[in-house]
Amino acid sequence: MPRDSLTGARIRERRSIAGMRQADLARQIGISASYLNLIEHNRRRIGGKLLVEIARVLNVEPSMLTEGAEAALIATLREAAADAGAVTAETDRADELAGRFPGWAEVLALLHRRVASLERTVETLSDRLTHDPHLAASLHEVLSTAAAIRSTASILAETDGLEPEWRDRFHRNLNDDSRRLAESSKALVGYLDDNDTSEMQRGVPREEAEAFLAARGHHFPGLESGEQSPDDILRGAKDLAGRAARHIVRDILLQYQQDAQALPFDIFSAALSRLGPDPAVLAAELRADLPAVMRRLAAMSDEHMPGGAGLVIVDAAGSILFRKPVAGFALPRFGAPCPLWPLFLALSRPLVQVRRRITQVGRGTAHFDCLALAWPQGTTGYSDHPLYHAIMLVLPVRPSEAERDSLLQVGSTCRVCPRPACPARREPSILREGF
Amino acid sequence: MNNRNVLLIEDEPNIIEAIRFLLTREGWSVTAHSNGADAVSVVQAARPDLVILDMMLPGKSGMDILRELRAIADLAKLPVLMLTARGQSRDRDMAEKAGVSRFMTKPFSNAEVLKAVRDLVAQASRP
Repeated sequence: MPRDSLTGARIRERRSIAGMRQADLARQIGISASYLNLIEHNRRRIGGKLLVEIARVLNVEPSMLTEGAEAALIATLREAAADAGAVTAETDRADELAGRFPGWAEVLALLHRRVASLERTVETLSDRLTHDPHLAASLHEVLSTAAAIRSTASILAETDGLEPEWRDRFHRNLNDDSRRLAESSKALVGYLDDNDTSEMQRGVPREEAEAFLAARGHHFPGLESGEQSPDDILRGAKDLAGRAARHIVRDILLQYQQDAQALPFDIFSAALSRLGPDPAVLAAELRADLPAVMRRLAAMSDEHMPGGAGLVIVDAAGSILFRKPVAGFALPRFGAPCPLWPLFLALSRPLVQVRRRITQVGRGTAHFDCLALAWPQGTTGYSDHPLYHAIMLVLPVRPSEAERDSLLQVGSTCRVCPRPACPARREPSILREGF
Repeated sequence: MNNRNVLLIEDEPNIIEAIRFLLTREGWSVTAHSNGADAVSVVQAARPDLVILDMMLPGKSGMDILRELRAIADLAKLPVLMLTARGQSRDRDMAEKAGVSRFMTKPFSNAEVLKAVRDLVAQASRP
C-alpha cells in the first residue's frame, strides 16, 4: 500500500494512543463520526486544513500522520535548527542525527515543540490579561468586593463600643458582600477554568461569531446549494447565544449567500481546479470583483482548497471585521494587528492590488503569498467621503530559499512579536521582557 | 473635630459606607460621589482637602479624572489617594505620571487608608 494511503490508519493509531473516542475527535474537528470512520479506514483521502486540524487535536505534527514518525522528526529537527537563528547547525544532516541517535533527536524535537507550545500559551495569556475586558471587569468586581468585606470586617472586629445600629448595618453589608464575592469568584473561576480554546474566544460578540464560523470550517453547504438561507442556519445555531454575535454572523452569511449566488460553487470550483488559487486570474476569468473571489476562496472546503486559505478584512481604522485563520499565520485575538501586513499597504492605496510574499517573525519557516485590496463601501454621493475596507487573502506556499532575502517580514501584533528595532512598533514585546 | 473635608469618588456602596464610617469617627467630614463623568466638576465645587479616587468608575476612569484635575491650576496640588483593583506596575507608573499623591491597591487595610489620609493632608498643609 502506498505510504500516503496509510494516513487514516495512522490517525486511528494516534487517536488510540491519545485515549480519545472517534466521536470525540470528530466533534472537535467538526465532521461526523461516520466520515472520520471512513478516513480512519483509508476509504477517504484526507489533506489540507482537516489534516492539520486533526494533527492539532491529537497534538502531533501533520507529517507524522502523512509520512510516519521519522519524517516528522526530521522536519521538526530542521525547524528547530531554523528557529535557533544564530546557532549554526548541520541542518542537512538532520536525517543522519535522527537515524543514528533517535533518542536524542526525539528529545530535541520534544523540547522544540514544548517551546512552541509555551510561546502560544504566553501569547494567549498575555492577550487575555492585557485586552480581555471581561476578565478585567471580573477581577475588579472580585477585588472591590473583597476590599469592602475586609474594611467592614475590620470595623466590626476593631471598633470598641460600636453602636448596635451600625453593627447591624455592617453585618448586613458583610452578608451581602460575602454572597456577591462567592458568586463573582465562582463566575471568574468558571471563566478561567474553561480550557477549551473555542470557548475561551467567546469573550465578545465578534469572537463568539468567529468561533461559530470556525466550528463549521467557514463553509456552508446549505448556502452553496441554495437549500438554506442565513436565517435557516441561525435558527439551528444552538452554539450562538448572544444577540450581537448572531447579528454579526447574519451579516457574514448574507454576504456569503450573495457571493455564492454570483459565483456558484460548481463554476467557481471548476475554475479553481483549472486555473489555481490566484484571485486576480480567477476574477478576470469569472468577471467578478476581487474581494468576492477572495471571500469565495476562503469559503472553499479542504477538498477544493488544499492547504487552506486565510482571510482578513479590516475597516479603515484597522479593526478586524472578519478573520479566517490559516495554519502558521498568527492573527491576534485582541489588539491591533501588525501594520506591516500588506493589508495596510493596500489601505493606503485604495483600488490598487497589492501582492507580497511574507513570513512571520518568530513563527517558524512558513511562507505565505498575501494578496490585498482596499475598496470603498456602498455608494456615496459626490461630496461624501468613501469608507474603505481592505481585504487580504493569505495563501500558504512552499518555502523557497531563493526568495528568502526578498520576503517581507511581518509580525502578528507588537505584544508578542520579537522583531528588534521595528519601525512599526507600538509597544514593547513581552518576548523581549524576560518571558 | 478637625473640620477637614474628604471627597470619596467610588462606586462601591459598601466601600463608601466603611470609609465614611472610619473617617467620620476621626472627625473628617466625608462626601461621596459615585459617577466618574461629572467627578471633576464635583471636586471643583466641593473644594475638599483630599480626594479618595477609585480607578474604575462608571462614566470616566479615575486616571482620566486625575489628569483633568492636575490640569486645573488650583487643583494641581490637591492630595489624591487612588484606590484600585489593578495593582500592576504599569498602572502605578501611569498614576504617578498623572500626578497621584498615593496609590493603594484593593483590598486595603483601614489603618493604611486612615494613615494615608492623615499624612497627605498634613503634608499639603505645610507651608
